[in-house]
Amino acid sequence: MQNSLHINPDSCTGCHQCVLACSDRHGDDFSPIKSRIQIFRFEDEGRYVPYTCTQCEEAWCQKACPTNAISVDGNGALIVSDAQCVGCKVCTIACPFGTINYNADTGKVIKCDLCGGAPACVEACPTDAITFVNSSTTGFDKMRKWAAKTDAGSQPSA
Amino acid sequence: MFGFLKRLFGFADNKQTGSTQTGSSSTSEPKLSLSPSDSEKRGDQIHAEYVIVGAGPAAVCAAETLRKNDAEGTILMLAAEDAPPYSRMAIPYVLTGLISEEGTYLRGDDDSLGKKAISVHHAKAIALDPNSKSLSFEGGGGCSYNKLLIATGASPIKPPVEGLDLPGVHHCWTLADARAIADKAGEGAEIILMGAGFIGCIILEALVSRGAKLTVVEAEDTMVPRMMNTVAGNMIKLWCQNKGITINTSTRVTGVSQGTGQLDVAMDNGTSKSVDLVVVATGVKPNIAFLDGVGIDMDEGILVNDMLETSISDVFAAGDCAQGPDFATNGNSVHAIQPTATDHGHFAALNMVGNKASYQGSLNMNVLDTVGLISTSFGQWQGVEGGENVELIDVDNFRYTYLTFDGDCLVGALTLGRSNNVGVMRGLIQSRIKLGGWKDKLLEDPNRLAEAYIACRQ
Repeated sequence: MQNSLHINPDSCTGCHQCVLACSDRHGDDFSPIKSRIQIFRFEDEGRYVPYTCTQCEEAWCQKACPTNAISVDGNGALIVSDAQCVGCKVCTIACPFGTINYNADTGKVIKCDLCGGAPACVEACPTDAITFVNSSTTGFDKMRKWAAKTDAGSQPSA
Repeated sequence: MFGFLKRLFGFADNKQTGSTQTGSSSTSEPKLSLSPSDSEKRGDQIHAEYVIVGAGPAAVCAAETLRKNDAEGTILMLAAEDAPPYSRMAIPYVLTGLISEEGTYLRGDDDSLGKKAISVHHAKAIALDPNSKSLSFEGGGGCSYNKLLIATGASPIKPPVEGLDLPGVHHCWTLADARAIADKAGEGAEIILMGAGFIGCIILEALVSRGAKLTVVEAEDTMVPRMMNTVAGNMIKLWCQNKGITINTSTRVTGVSQGTGQLDVAMDNGTSKSVDLVVVATGVKPNIAFLDGVGIDMDEGILVNDMLETSISDVFAAGDCAQGPDFATNGNSVHAIQPTATDHGHFAALNMVGNKASYQGSLNMNVLDTVGLISTSFGQWQGVEGGENVELIDVDNFRYTYLTFDGDCLVGALTLGRSNNVGVMRGLIQSRIKLGGWKDKLLEDPNRLAEAYIACRQ
């Protein structure tokens, strides 16, 4: 079983270290807008929610790509080949989670690639709100089921 | 291997029907075989359990889904063009020089389809006989099937304007078109682009990047009229004009004639222009003419139900040629976009192997980058009866957000100048997420879309 990101919003303090570590790891300096992980603030609830790609099994982004630029690597991450991506952005509207985004500086799309198996966000998180654990022991399957529900009707009729 | 297949298919003496590519090398892999009874009757007949007419995104997605769910069944894809399965959507990026022609290939040229024992045969289907479950090919030969998927795509419409058959007038639809345009659309070339719809605007971007001097002629009074409302369409128009592109909306080309070395293009605003190239992007129509008289239910495209079945048993349709369930209207629509094509291909394949799966319907959506201004469009942005909407305009900075609601669900959206988390608009609409208190927050600040999505799904 592969490892996947496990996010526990209850432990997030909104320090944004994951965001800075992510953009730094991907060579974009310390630029939150180019981070593959985002923190959403719900101030009236005093709540912070780290948010990134769940690496769907039947990935909308991958199917929508006209140039075969999105593939699955050895860690189960859907990764974008900059050489093949033309920046058409169709994946960005196809992904119903909004977790693949266009980077105008490079003219390519960016998404969580699990950092090749050692995610920078996990290393940076001081409160273990983001951990990288065996997929079978996380709520990952639950997330995937949720993802499937959002599918353009992937539920079998019989 | 190749020689073996040529023998198998009986094409050794008939070069016109093209070649077949496959990578199957192991004897345990599924192979195409002649059906003995058919072969006696019809000569050059291939038989495959699954035949897919077409080789675009819908076809490739279907073929791979078929293989994933049926390890044994023979799969034959029919490609009408002389190229491996490719995506038309990528063609403008060949013109910008971002990718080579090979970059448009949906699965590269590493024979990854062959490795999955998916055979690609270069032939154009010209007739379907549902009684004998067979197809005839242009130039002779044919094939028979157990289950058929029609994924023939669409073709550009040529409007009834004199002179559009002249050399120097091109669509931008096939790799061959791209080569012809690249040949003429160099630095400083004068070009008239007919049509500022979605496809026209993608081509616009590519032609401008080549340094061409562009004049756009659009019959409607705004740009991308089927993707954007007038406010957003006119903001896109102003953005393009600021970039030095001449945009003539509410204008039609009335005739093209051969001048000295150039083409003379007359317009109904009384002006004319001498240009090096005319590119025609005035819409597309489904490739369904070969089905006339077959008795298959068609309207704008081939009508299919939620299982992607046509009115003829064992015949399915997918992609730009199919008029499938529409998520928003509960009717049937042709949504000629790649996400719909691959959804169609996926669900058609599941039903072809007998894993009954119901498709929720396609959501019309688009994303466009007009020389640096990103626009998106989702669902019923025209609004619904009794629904509400909210609009946020920043004309100076070319930013725009327009949302439409039905009750407390988002049903449509338009944006300009937004590139982060745009997919959540699809998520919100297609999951029919009940916004509750977040609807009021969105009416107050429509830019909080991503927050609304995450808050409501937690």
